[in-house]
Amino acid sequence: MFVLVTVAAIFVVVLSLLVYAVVKFRSKVRDDPSEPPQIYGSTQVELAWTIIPILIVVALFLASARVIASVQKAAKPPGSIEVIVTGHQYWWEYRFPDLKVVTANELHVPLSDPAHPTPTFLTLLSADTDHSFWIPRLGGKTDLIPNHPNRTWIDPHEAGLFLGQCAQYCGTQHAKMLLRVYVQTREDFDRWITEQQQPAVTGASPAGQRVFESTACVNCHTISGTTARGRFGPDLTHIMSRETIAAGAAANTYEMLRLWIKNPDAIKHGSKMPAMGLNDQDLDAVTAYMETLR
Amino acid sequence: MSSTTIALSDAPARPFTLRLHEWVITVDHKRLGTLYVLYALVFLLVGGLEAAIMRWQLVRPRNDFVSPEVFNRMFTMHGTTMIFFVAMPLVFGFANYLVPLMIGARDMAFPRLNAFSFWMSALGGLFLYFSFLGGDGLYGAGSAPDVGWFAYAPLTAKTFSVGHSTDFWTLSLLSSGIGSIGTAVNIIATILCLRCPGMTLGKMPLLVWLNLVMAVLVIFAVSPLSAAQLMLLVDRYLGGHFFDTQAGGSAVIWMHFFWIFGHPEVYVLVLPAFAFASEIIPVFSRKAIFGYPVMVLATIAIGFIGMSVWAHHMFTVGMSAGANTFFVLSTMAIAVPTGIKIFNWLATMWGGKIRLSTPMLFCVAFLFQFLIAGLTGVTLAVAPLDWQLGNSYYVVAHFHYVIVGGILFTAFGAFYYWFPKVTGKMCNETLGKLHFWLFFIGFHLTFDFMHVPGILGMPRRIYTYEPGRGWDIWNLIVSVGALFQAAGILVFAFNLIWSYLRGKEAGNDPWDAWTLEWSTSSPPPVYNYAVIPSVRSRRPLWDLKHPEDPDWRYE
Repeated sequence: MFVLVTVAAIFVVVLSLLVYAVVKFRSKVRDDPSEPPQIYGSTQVELAWTIIPILIVVALFLASARVIASVQKAAKPPGSIEVIVTGHQYWWEYRFPDLKVVTANELHVPLSDPAHPTPTFLTLLSADTDHSFWIPRLGGKTDLIPNHPNRTWIDPHEAGLFLGQCAQYCGTQHAKMLLRVYVQTREDFDRWITEQQQPAVTGASPAGQRVFESTACVNCHTISGTTARGRFGPDLTHIMSRETIAAGAAANTYEMLRLWIKNPDAIKHGSKMPAMGLNDQDLDAVTAYMETLR
Repeated sequence: MSSTTIALSDAPARPFTLRLHEWVITVDHKRLGTLYVLYALVFLLVGGLEAAIMRWQLVRPRNDFVSPEVFNRMFTMHGTTMIFFVAMPLVFGFANYLVPLMIGARDMAFPRLNAFSFWMSALGGLFLYFSFLGGDGLYGAGSAPDVGWFAYAPLTAKTFSVGHSTDFWTLSLLSSGIGSIGTAVNIIATILCLRCPGMTLGKMPLLVWLNLVMAVLVIFAVSPLSAAQLMLLVDRYLGGHFFDTQAGGSAVIWMHFFWIFGHPEVYVLVLPAFAFASEIIPVFSRKAIFGYPVMVLATIAIGFIGMSVWAHHMFTVGMSAGANTFFVLSTMAIAVPTGIKIFNWLATMWGGKIRLSTPMLFCVAFLFQFLIAGLTGVTLAVAPLDWQLGNSYYVVAHFHYVIVGGILFTAFGAFYYWFPKVTGKMCNETLGKLHFWLFFIGFHLTFDFMHVPGILGMPRRIYTYEPGRGWDIWNLIVSVGALFQAAGILVFAFNLIWSYLRGKEAGNDPWDAWTLEWSTSSPPPVYNYAVIPSVRSRRPLWDLKHPEDPDWRYE
């Protein structure tokens, strides 16, 4: 705020000087041959408009240095949550190492009480190109850079859904690498964690599961408790607990899921998910299998 | 001398191919300067077209006017084109044309190096645009580079950028980089060695001073960029691992290399803009520049500080708190010499008799816009604010405020101011004012309102966005502004052509100005000055016009 007020004040002062100069000193007589008095400079005046800006700069600098230190050197209070965020072309992977939970694209974090803060600390990694993690209403952005682990934290004081998206150009579908953060009360968050810790439902849709496990799906996707162990694409163990698919590009409905498996380009042109070339029967079966993964 | 006069008056009778050949083989600084500027104008239209395509795509959410691939190529090509093939050639073109005339020299120090540099830069532009045909190599159609104009690693690695589009980008920047360094060396040598008798360093016009500092910055800025391009080529073709993160290379090193170039580059472009303002504002205020020595010192300060601020482009990269704090300080420090300049221009106008002809209109708008650009720059220099605003449309709005609102506006002013000298014809004043107002309105519609979606969380370089984020209306306004700007540019182009063919005769000194170039004919003869002039003050023509009260009494 201090910065913005200072900047606005400078703007108003200098702009008024400019407008005054243009209006007041505009030549009134056309082709007036006489020249105004020539003034070559004034040491006092110039010293003034050197020293005053220097003082303003020092003040602004001290203010921002204090904030930088408080953000970057923040202590980690007990009870804070650890999440490892990995950026992929074009989706987000979240691992809660202490809670043994893996999920994608939709991050759930607990509401933090200012009296007993439980901030979420994020370790930021990249599997491929540069990305940037940015939820405008929860904090500034920090980049995810391969071979360069970064740390940041968020401390939400309000429950709800917060939207964001990748903020560092990462390739064709940079625009649809969307982020959703659900800030939940402690009870809701704990319930969500418990659900996510369960192994996947098996046996509810054997036909679809067989198609899934006998095609290339397993090369990229993990479904815990099955032979699917791929890590190139999002973990699908609890895919139905998510509201969106394709990193927020589409709602998680039967039709969209089926379309996504059939022809990913129709939803997100350029995504790394290949069209699987399944016949309609297999497509229905796999989609039905996905629907059982709650 | 008479034989030259005859040859010139015969000019229209010679066949077109012969005249074209003379332009191609020329080593005359005025012709090369003109070539640079014409080259920049052509690419200004091309880069503008690319911007228009982007604005049309973003006019509403989930638009599908172009595919993401095409959009990504458009912003890469727009940025690369506007910086390397519009702004740089404009800067070099004006420097080439004006510096020798203003210091009373007959040409640049190394005329053939000058021609070589221009053609290397021209080759760079051809490389870049040839990618549309040859970008994918032998298989498939072409594709232009799509890695963004700062081409962050590892997106440029073979893994992520197959085909040859990135190679064309690299070769293009390498080639134009060689041209830039050649011209910079030439400008420095010319200014240091070819000044006319009496013109000490302290009596050079400010434009010459600013171009001297600009040329030094070019050498320091473009060299690391060229080195990085070579390293990238080694990575892509000789198995190097400088930026190849999959083999342990560093993406962050590329960022440092790029921005060690990238930020001084801003000053490479903005110092010549200051140079135009420092010549035009005094003449149209009818007063000597206020505080010449301080203006020179502020320029040198900007040059030095400008080389130590680059990592403010990297506040979100995860540098240590110490490094972030240092770059906050150095970045804010640059506001001081810049502020001094703004105050000194204001003081120059203060108590003058201001004539609001087209060149001056553009300069007044420049003062207003550069003030805003500087202040939004200060907000971005505050690292915690940058964590929020960096890489968003706020940044896009900020640097367009600098480059369009600052640099392009003064460049337009410079066009109207020196057009009579270059062609011997006056630019049409009515069309000039129409151009100004169209462009001024378009500029503010586009770039004032572009700050807002950035504050609301819209990142740059996205080909589409979801409805319901509150960004829709702002993007619509921004796109409408682009229409006004395009109209302004067309009026400008028409004005240049029409005035060249039909404009009224300018005479040697239409603005009643004070620097040496106005003492020779318009256009100047090949040799510039029949007799090398000698000067006693910073405003030699003032001394001539006011022998009763010459400047050299006060300097």
